Amino acid sequence: MPKLTVDGIEVEVPNGSTVLQACEAAGKEIPRFCYHERLAIAGNCRMCLVEAKPGPPKPQASCALPAADGQEIRTDTLTVKKAREGVMEFLLINHPLDCPICDQGGQCDLQDLAVGYGRGMSRFEENKRAVNEKYMGPLIATAMTRCIQCTRCVRFAEEVAGVEELGTVFRGENMQITAYLDAALTSELSGNVADLCPVGALNHKPYHFESRPWELRRAPAIDVFDAVGTNIHLSSRARQIVRAIPRINDDVNEEWAADKTRYAIDGLYRNRLDRPWVRREGKLQPVDWAEALAVVAERMRAANASVAAVAGALLDAETMAAAKSLLRSVGSDLYEHRQAGHATPTDGLAALRFNSGIAGIEEADAILLVGTNPRWEAPLVNTRLRKAVKTGSTVFAIGERVDLTYPVTWLGEDLSLLGRLPAEVAERFRGASKPAVILGEGATLVEGTLGDALDFANTFNLVREGWNGFNVLSTTASAQGALMLGFAVPGGLAELAARRPEVLFLLGADELELQPFAGAFTVYVGHHGDRGARVADVILPSASYAEKPGTYVNLEGRVQISERAVFPPGDAREDWSIFRALSDLLGTPLPFDTHDQLRARMYAEVPALARINAVAPAPWSVPVAPTGASGRATLPVQDFYLTDPISRASPTMRRCSAEILHGQTMAEAAE
Amino acid sequence: MLADKDRIFTNLYGFQDWRLSGARARGDWDNTRALMADGPDAIIDVVKASGLRGRGGAGFPTGMKWGFMPKEPKEGRPNFLVINADESEPGSCKDREIIRHDPHKLIEGALIAGFAMRARAAYIYIRGEYVRESETLFAAVAEAYAAGLLGKNAAGSGYQFDLFVHRGSGAYICGEETAMLESLEGKPGKPRLKPPFPAGAGLYGCPTTVNNVESIAVVPTILRRGAAWFAAIGRPKNEGTKLFQISGHVNKPCVVEEAMSIPFRQLIDEHAGGIRGGWDNLLAVIPGGSSVPLVPAEQIIDAPMDFDTLRDLKSGLGTAAIIVMDKSTDVVRAIARLSYFYKHESCGQCTPCREGTGWMWRVMERLRTGEADLSEIDLLEDVSKQIEGHTICALGDAAAWPVQGLIRHYRPELERRILARKAAEAEPLPVAAE
Repeated sequence: MPKLTVDGIEVEVPNGSTVLQACEAAGKEIPRFCYHERLAIAGNCRMCLVEAKPGPPKPQASCALPAADGQEIRTDTLTVKKAREGVMEFLLINHPLDCPICDQGGQCDLQDLAVGYGRGMSRFEENKRAVNEKYMGPLIATAMTRCIQCTRCVRFAEEVAGVEELGTVFRGENMQITAYLDAALTSELSGNVADLCPVGALNHKPYHFESRPWELRRAPAIDVFDAVGTNIHLSSRARQIVRAIPRINDDVNEEWAADKTRYAIDGLYRNRLDRPWVRREGKLQPVDWAEALAVVAERMRAANASVAAVAGALLDAETMAAAKSLLRSVGSDLYEHRQAGHATPTDGLAALRFNSGIAGIEEADAILLVGTNPRWEAPLVNTRLRKAVKTGSTVFAIGERVDLTYPVTWLGEDLSLLGRLPAEVAERFRGASKPAVILGEGATLVEGTLGDALDFANTFNLVREGWNGFNVLSTTASAQGALMLGFAVPGGLAELAARRPEVLFLLGADELELQPFAGAFTVYVGHHGDRGARVADVILPSASYAEKPGTYVNLEGRVQISERAVFPPGDAREDWSIFRALSDLLGTPLPFDTHDQLRARMYAEVPALARINAVAPAPWSVPVAPTGASGRATLPVQDFYLTDPISRASPTMRRCSAEILHGQTMAEAAE
Repeated sequence: MLADKDRIFTNLYGFQDWRLSGARARGDWDNTRALMADGPDAIIDVVKASGLRGRGGAGFPTGMKWGFMPKEPKEGRPNFLVINADESEPGSCKDREIIRHDPHKLIEGALIAGFAMRARAAYIYIRGEYVRESETLFAAVAEAYAAGLLGKNAAGSGYQFDLFVHRGSGAYICGEETAMLESLEGKPGKPRLKPPFPAGAGLYGCPTTVNNVESIAVVPTILRRGAAWFAAIGRPKNEGTKLFQISGHVNKPCVVEEAMSIPFRQLIDEHAGGIRGGWDNLLAVIPGGSSVPLVPAEQIIDAPMDFDTLRDLKSGLGTAAIIVMDKSTDVVRAIARLSYFYKHESCGQCTPCREGTGWMWRVMERLRTGEADLSEIDLLEDVSKQIEGHTICALGDAAAWPVQGLIRHYRPELERRILARKAAEAEPLPVAAE
């Protein structure tokens, strides 16, 4: 714990801190461009210069200088001021004065620091440098003349995203940042480079020329495109979401967000269901709410308790709680959320959860992946795995071979390998202090895998004091919430179908096989005209995740709350109010009139849901599950960019899929 | 004047055979084993006592530098010696003479220095443009291996030592020690942040010392003839012999080994045949390669050529690459050309150098033709100070110093050009008859 003084203020900082961190601890602001807490230190912008004693008689880059005992740091001397002014002037001489047309305007580090540390005038008489434009795919808009060569993007791509596809070419004042091949980054995290860019050189292409930061209203929300529960801000202008950017949460997403999180939002304004529809003579006809609800109520009365509901991937806990209440009020218990058809036992919550925790998996020293591609199923879990590998962890995998951005020992595709691991692999797990297994949803779909994995956990003592290495990687935002609410039947969808429900509610469920439910009267409650709506007999338009407050439980069991950013379009209503209205028509009104009342009832039923931002407790218990799996697991995510109704409706995501995954080249008009 | 018997580089001009047999005839590889018999620390003590200062430009005491290396290398983390033969400083050409005419001095020095710092291996990073020189070096290393002077039980000492020659690709910045390490590792040559210093974490993260070719090549002779002999040459703190490289407006440009602290006039008269057109025709001298500020004639003529004197003249000995300019020189153009060189060779990593070198060059070009404003002289000096001391490596300083030297000594000339240009432009333009 070195103790040093900063401008006469004595501070004590943890071992391994830099002088910059010590200055921050002393409450001094240190301007910086290249330094970023989560990236390697580059020390190349030279903006963070301070005077340090002992040391050479010249200012030192505080970001790269280790804090040492007895150091005297000055940040307020004339030397430091002049050094900062000098660096600021150098950064500005070749930076174009195009702030009025730059997306970064208003949220630009260079603008802010120029006001704070610049000289306020220019002495540069020469011509400014111009840099050839680069193409970086459908997500990143470039204006490379604005680049200040801080290399944050290069370091992010290399260190966090794990794709060495960005770099610098040429020397001196001709140095340029480039993707080398004028192609999109083959990463699911590429959007983060635009956030990291301290100037307007890399911008979000879908947000290009859309808005100014001061025009936006931001709502703290939770991302629903995977089960990580990325903390985001949904920014809206007027009634439209214009961008999604990550919020910092070190337990979940650090400060990153996956590309689908950021850019699928343009799907919110395409293919939307904004009025009720009823199928008549084989064709869907637009109707008003009263009529649509009346039709559904009539059918439900006729069906008595033969009503089932299937929850989709993007649902919040409240919607499921309300739907469950409605079904219970008519005497039905046919509700299910596992659209892929899982029939694994649901009595032991811990056996279906990511117990190590998203941050905790970094500590694992031996990891076995079973039938999963975390890079696509949970990109931000994959970055944690990458970190684990960097600090010495070994990763083995059973399943389809994919590029995970770090070295993996692929054992084979057959799931029976889980029961008969090669001796050296078993040895590695026996010797590990924090061994872990990660089961994909594709693997748990194969009968016997869960049991085999539990056996594996037992054999290698995966659950021990202070460590639980048994992990199931959910892929849907609704899964853990549904499990906590008991929104499942033991036999899964097959049991639901076998009970032949007369009325089937699809709650934004578009991924399930509908053939077994042929003959049921299908009511689609959702927000996009996707697969479910196409076959529905009645469509009741509801709100997307951005348009309603909701509770989401992520794959590690963390309960998080998302706020409403905008209102649903047209006649669409929040989901819970639809069930409430239906219950009225059925003569058994549900006991809540507001969202808050619904929440209170939900909390009463499942108290763990009331503990926001905490991981809901799930004591370790081993459920009885069949063993002896064999065969191959099918990966649940076949196309990262097109996984759900919103992303399928998003032109940006479709273009990403075509360009990045299927190698199509896109002609782009010159601006 | 240095007596012939005191010369270290006895085949500097290539009159004799450079091969192993020729080198052995000159005394190289003569019982090298005995030089190593007293152990590494004894060698470091001798080098310290000899007062040898690094010959690459900075003049850091060599023995002290070796002393920074870990005494007991950890398992899997060996010590390395890297020899800087990326001689790219305009004006410098001494390492080239050593490598092509006396390579075995360097190889023997590498073994002894490597042994002294407990290095497992040494890398010689040779400038890419030195094509023939690297051929000679590769051949000499092969000879040494064949004769059992390198490798397992090198020179019969029982010490295992390997030597690798690596050719650079012609970037000036790779002569900077940490950029050289990056380049050796196969990365772009961009200097690293210090700390950590190479002695702590250098090549492949292992403790490393980077030394100039000349610093290494003189070591065997120092050990053979004793520290006292070496220390007796030159002034205190500036001991030893030095290869001076005299170029420019002298009658006989040459590379010559001389005693440190030899007065400039004596050096030029005895070895370079005097200044072209006589001593009255001398304008200025850049005494240590392009990166040090120039010194006007009257200040340098009788100055002893060593580290401390030239530092007091606000210049430096650098690599002792003496660039002589007589009065026919356009000194502004000369410095502008150097500014262009530094702009071209800046790696682009850190801001002040990347942006500042180009700016300085452009202003210099306008000062050359006089198309500038008087206030821009101060601006230029200010910009050079904004670069100096604010960069990751010393290239920023190297770019700033020549310009600062020019302004310090030739401001009147700069002003004259601007005023002359202004006066010429002020003449009324002829008006065409309508």
